[in-house]
Amino acid sequence: MPEHTFRVNGEQVTVNVADDVRLLWVLRDVLRITGPKYGCGINVCKACTSHLNGKAVNPCAIPVKDLQPDDEVTTIEGLAATAGADLHPMQRAWLDHDVAQCGYCQPGQIMAAVALVNRVAAEGRTITDDDLDGIRNICRCGTYFRIREAIRAGARDM
Amino acid sequence: MTGPHDGVPGEPIARRRFLGYVVAAPTLVAAAELTPPAPSGDLQVPSPELTELIDLNDVMTAAALPTSGLISVEVGRDGTVSFALPRAEVGQGITTSTAMLIAEELAVPLDRVRVTLADARPELLFNQLTGASNTTISTYTPIRVAAAVARLRLLEAAAADLGSPVGELKLADGVISDRSGGSVGIGALAEKAASSRTTRVSVTLAAPESFTVIGKPHNRVDALDAVTGRKKFTMDLDVPDAKPAMVCRPPTINGKVGSVANLAEVRAMPGVTDAVVISTGVAVRAETFGQCIDAVRALKVTWKPGTAAGKSDESVLRALQAAELPLGLRPPTPVVEGAFTFYFRGNSALEPNCAIADVRADRAEIWSALKSPIVAQQSIAARLGLPVGKVTVHVTEGGGSFGRKLFFDAALEAAEVSQKVGKPVKLMWHRADDARQGRAHPMATSRVRVSYLGGTVLSYKQRHTSVSTDLGHGLGEIFTALAARLPVGDVGFSQTFFHLSQAMSYDFGASSQLLAETDKSFNTGSMRNVYSPDVTCARELIVDQLAARMGKDPYRFRHDFLRDARSRAVLAKVAEAGGWGRAMQPGTAQGIAFHAEYKSVSAALVEIDCRPETVNRPIRDGVTGPRVTKVVFAVDAGLAVNPRGLEAQMMGGISDGIALALTSSLHLRDGYFLEASWDNYFYTRQWNTPLDLRIIIMPATSDEPGGAGELAVASSMAAVACAYGRATGTMPTSFPINHGTLSFTPKPTVPPVPPSPTDGLDHAR
Repeated sequence: MPEHTFRVNGEQVTVNVADDVRLLWVLRDVLRITGPKYGCGINVCKACTSHLNGKAVNPCAIPVKDLQPDDEVTTIEGLAATAGADLHPMQRAWLDHDVAQCGYCQPGQIMAAVALVNRVAAEGRTITDDDLDGIRNICRCGTYFRIREAIRAGARDM
Repeated sequence: MTGPHDGVPGEPIARRRFLGYVVAAPTLVAAAELTPPAPSGDLQVPSPELTELIDLNDVMTAAALPTSGLISVEVGRDGTVSFALPRAEVGQGITTSTAMLIAEELAVPLDRVRVTLADARPELLFNQLTGASNTTISTYTPIRVAAAVARLRLLEAAAADLGSPVGELKLADGVISDRSGGSVGIGALAEKAASSRTTRVSVTLAAPESFTVIGKPHNRVDALDAVTGRKKFTMDLDVPDAKPAMVCRPPTINGKVGSVANLAEVRAMPGVTDAVVISTGVAVRAETFGQCIDAVRALKVTWKPGTAAGKSDESVLRALQAAELPLGLRPPTPVVEGAFTFYFRGNSALEPNCAIADVRADRAEIWSALKSPIVAQQSIAARLGLPVGKVTVHVTEGGGSFGRKLFFDAALEAAEVSQKVGKPVKLMWHRADDARQGRAHPMATSRVRVSYLGGTVLSYKQRHTSVSTDLGHGLGEIFTALAARLPVGDVGFSQTFFHLSQAMSYDFGASSQLLAETDKSFNTGSMRNVYSPDVTCARELIVDQLAARMGKDPYRFRHDFLRDARSRAVLAKVAEAGGWGRAMQPGTAQGIAFHAEYKSVSAALVEIDCRPETVNRPIRDGVTGPRVTKVVFAVDAGLAVNPRGLEAQMMGGISDGIALALTSSLHLRDGYFLEASWDNYFYTRQWNTPLDLRIIIMPATSDEPGGAGELAVASSMAAVACAYGRATGTMPTSFPINHGTLSFTPKPTVPPVPPSPTDGLDHAR
């Protein structure tokens, strides 16, 4: 069985798994990191959204062989550490706005939100309604409006 | 002193006095019977307006009366209070509101109350079903009684401990103190307050005037776990050797396996441990779900036709029209009529159907988010050939339900697979399976005729015709048990459900709303708010037409004809707060609608933008369409236990209502649904979300809570439909609005699930 080495939430990991197993299953079924959720498996619902080297990606669409040893995968479990705190400002905003309902999509929503705010900031802008409209993460509980409010609040503290 | 728990002068004590139990246990366990107050209406009096006498929630609470099982709160040595809730938390916030009830009665901080979900408890009979927005209504009093018993016992134990009479003790923040400065924490009293035998005691509940927790907004108790990824759903549980399993499913609804050409070959694929034929398809078990997906795609199966072979939207519509009950002779007075079509819709949650099963020769253990765990337990036992007592069913927290988790399809399937392969399995449906073979909200038509003369509405008739809704998850048993007590006579479950849930809120003279059902060949289930969104949408569109005929403003007309002050108050609130009647640009408009159910009332005012530049905004793989730009929503749920949670439920219902009116439906062709992805089934997305949303919680109008989990869907859907009609100068008659346009390329049905993409790195952003 091939070995694959990369970094997850600040730690180097090596897994023995077939080349084409998607990162989502390596995280969930092999490494037991269950924050990223399955919602479709075809990069549509975005419930598994995590970060690869600081950018939003969907592990359901990444064969594990595509990762290099110095690639840093950050899941919701490792997000707070990137801000050097118990909670990332976006997680605090999520709590302040009581965003979650069932909570299933929320790890992906938060990871997408952080990447969006970083991208917009890199462009020297602040978040617009169009930016928020462009988020594709599904929330079947329909808490979209609170998500929008929390992203704007979280962005102010990032 | 005992503060807020003293009798309030002028209030009859008997009303707040209840019986509970101290249960024999090493530490304090206080319990109550899960038997809410009996319905107040006189069941024997016939009336044209059945829902005024008794509604669905009364039936569900009345059904609990013979229940012998107790529910109990337990005080731990560490000062925490634990309670196993016999309901399913699927996002609606009942663990939070339940913790609030206990915190209120027991005067402990909310963060020291631990609410978990109870395993299936057959002794609770009908009283472990989560549905019909009934949880808070039916558990509000029993949970408080149990907590109040615990409180009384703690005070008595503290009196002995501190040497002060109970009447001079104060319980606050989990600490009991006396007047001389002595104090003791409830944790230290947990053993002293315990009883070696079960005894019955009488308690008085806190008076609503004294509430400090109930009625105050509180964030969810599971929010921190949700935002840190620590919240555990079924698929996140680590059950030893429960490896991933999936099922290769038929290309048409409920097709059956004929033969499999390459079982041995698939068993030899990387990671695959098992491949077996089961009643619903071919199951595979592997080291990872990714390898399950590959194995499912590799299977070469010959299929037998399914239960809906050859059926399509068009053929089902013809069947519905043929099954419609007659409206009767057209009266000589002026009439307003309409006929509406509502296509199939999916109630998939984001968490797909899933369950863990560990079946051994003599016992079985199941984990799944189940809203009818007792029926699930009984069905699984029957399927496995085990006594019910040998099947343990754990209820896990669910990633959404919307009616779907009333059924236990995945749990039954996981049990079958585990038994066949002789190993534990963690079984999950692919998203494509969930859309194509999962439960659907039945397609329906609704025909309405209203007759009027001058300023008076003489009669209102509605004939709702639906593909059969499967209620075989326990609700049916409740109705069976109570059939003799109901004034609706000897009719089927769904008829009873329909009559009990559909109120006629307007003073429209003689009214009749009848349901006809046809065709049991689909996998159906109640979707959030069941019949009400469609029935209400049709009614409210006709109300707009009627108002126009009578030369009245749509808001004014509704206000004039609503029967009671509570109803008029929510309607007036949205009209005022939403600026009803303000000047709008051509192609945009307001709509207003009303809906009452679950002992609650609601009204929605929406503004919609149907201008081409909005409708045609480019969104990749999505339906843009008209945008609801603003929603003002008012709700009166009697007593709102947690206003913040209530607001969340209204928000979700509004998102559902927008989807039902404008974008989300399943398309039936050749015996299968075309949808197989969230980019096929257009539930509301960020680009459909109102930019301006205001939810108004009306001041409490009752000492008791009404239901709310589903309440907002009907009024929101209807208001969006009415706004669309006014913006476009038409009366929409087919829902969702965009159903006639297929906005995606259907995925193949063989293999049944799409390949896993490989281009994830290309989309990093």
